[in-house]
Amino acid sequence: MRKGEISLVGVLALFSIYLMWKSAELPIGYIRGQGPGGGFWPFWLSLGMLLSCVIIAWNWSRDKSPASASDEPLMDAFGWRTVMLVGGGVVGFVALIPFVSMYGAVCLFMLYYVRFLGRHSWPLTLGLALMLPFALFFFFEGAMQISMPQGLPFTQPFFDLMYDIIY
Amino acid sequence: MEVFSFLADGIFLALQPVNLALILIGVTVGLFIGAMPGLGSVNGVAILLPITFLVPPASAIIFLAAIYYGAMYGGAISSVTLGIPGASTAVATTFDGRPLALQGRASLALVTAALASFVGGTVATVFFTLFAPLLASVALNFGPPEIFALMLLAFATFVGLGGDDIPKTIFSICFGLVLATVGFDTISGAPRLVLFDIQGFVRGIGFIVLAIGVYGIGEMLWTLEQTRGEITTTNPKMTAKGLASDAKEAVQRGWKGTWIGSILGFFVGVLPAAGATPGSLMSYGVAKIISKTPHEYGNGSPDGVAAPEAANNSASTGAMLPMLTLGIPGSPTTAILLGGMVIWGLTPGPRLFLDESEFVWGLIGSFYVSNVAAVLINLAFIPLFVWMLRMPFTILAPLIVVLSIIGGFAASRSMHDLWMIVIFGLGAFFLRKFDYPLAPAVLAIVLGPIAEPTLRQSLLLSSGDPSIFFTRPIAGPITVIAIILILLPALKLLRRNGRVS
Repeated sequence: MRKGEISLVGVLALFSIYLMWKSAELPIGYIRGQGPGGGFWPFWLSLGMLLSCVIIAWNWSRDKSPASASDEPLMDAFGWRTVMLVGGGVVGFVALIPFVSMYGAVCLFMLYYVRFLGRHSWPLTLGLALMLPFALFFFFEGAMQISMPQGLPFTQPFFDLMYDIIY
Repeated sequence: MEVFSFLADGIFLALQPVNLALILIGVTVGLFIGAMPGLGSVNGVAILLPITFLVPPASAIIFLAAIYYGAMYGGAISSVTLGIPGASTAVATTFDGRPLALQGRASLALVTAALASFVGGTVATVFFTLFAPLLASVALNFGPPEIFALMLLAFATFVGLGGDDIPKTIFSICFGLVLATVGFDTISGAPRLVLFDIQGFVRGIGFIVLAIGVYGIGEMLWTLEQTRGEITTTNPKMTAKGLASDAKEAVQRGWKGTWIGSILGFFVGVLPAAGATPGSLMSYGVAKIISKTPHEYGNGSPDGVAAPEAANNSASTGAMLPMLTLGIPGSPTTAILLGGMVIWGLTPGPRLFLDESEFVWGLIGSFYVSNVAAVLINLAFIPLFVWMLRMPFTILAPLIVVLSIIGGFAASRSMHDLWMIVIFGLGAFFLRKFDYPLAPAVLAIVLGPIAEPTLRQSLLLSSGDPSIFFTRPIAGPITVIAIILILLPALKLLRRNGRVS
């Protein structure tokens, strides 16, 4: 936890400096007749972020926060495994959307999670993985008229069929 | 008398078939969301906000407010039957609710919680009806310096009363405010903070992207890592006859806690950034202090269940007061509701009472209807909710992810925003591991677009002189209170060091 806290503060401090630099692309001072420049507000807030990081680091050096006084690891094996499998699954879900469409990605993500992470039975897994995309399709495309990403051309026959049903 | 006429119209609007159906669905969904460990009203409102664009704004906010109400009732169900608070607002309910359940009196605990919630919600709604128009009429005279001073007060309350690590809270507030500036400078029209020159940032970062990331993906990861599936359920034995005798006992042994929670909860809820969690904890503490039998607290006292439950419902209504009248949310959930109002094309603040009177009074009317609906649905379907709580998290978790991602896309129609939701979700999980509070960032990204122009307009009015925030009769005291609140933690620290030396 201790190493993790100071590493995180370092990253956040660097990000704050980047934001200050980026804000300074617009005027950060007072312009007579126009008021504060466009970069004024984000620049001083980024400086506030940087100063907060300095104080957090100072508190860390004095073991003032629970994390800085802890020798425990950030997470145990279970925690890391959970974050990698679930977080990785979410990343995979979003990455698949441009290829297999939103509904295809929902189906694959449910298969992955319910069957491989949840270890539920195949009938329950297939029931959820197939029914949920259909229900979402009718809600978003039919009721709300919101088109979701349709993926690569090979998904088109599916969408043609579904649009025939709702229109 | 005018208030009662508006209120009657509002209740009539809330009872229209579409709105009544939305209230019933919203309360039921809210009860379920509130009951699920790890999910609270804020998660439900954040995840479901994008799907409300189907209905008119008045119906949409009635639906979301019903979820908010239902979640406050639902939090007690898991606190009592599982011993795990359904949301942070129901933490204090476990103190006496769980011991009652372990003594075989889960039914008494649940009935006490439901009745106290009903009284808390009703008392707060009456206060709301009386105070809201008054506060809105005062706030009509506010100019940019007053509005900015109020924003400052909202952030200062987080720093002074938040109870979290102060530098981390300040970091979170500044981070949320900076995120709100990404996109275009609204005054000069110039592109601003297009991070890493990625064109997706030109459109800015919507508050909903941060809210879904933090409260959808981040919260789900957090719950998975923390609970590890080790949950045991205590099933209440509920019959109609037992319910009546429990109700009688709840009234006799829980009335004092109910009234303390109802009144204290409302006023704590009104404070910007305080919300229902401190309201319920504070009410539990006060009820215990003034009780003649404080030793019963923690061992299964119905008063100990009633006080926090009345308070969290009362505070949730109280939190809506500054949101509707001043445009300042009183809790993270109301911050998301406020963001939703902006998306629906409404401007939160005092003019809402004049320009969108039907919207405002429809919402207030819905508070009364939702409260009645929530207590009836809660009492009637407690066994069903307990049964639903047995749904494995390995089924609920992917549903949360799917709703977050698809809801996020429906709101923004942008793959860039979906990636931002994932990044914010993973980032929120790690920030939370190191005790960075995230609610201030969500509040800040909502208030940022109001705070920045009012600050710049104020400084333009005063030719760059910041004393404008101290010399005006309304802005001055608010700014001074905000500064005192910001300095409060430092003063406490100095006092503590003085005592030690």
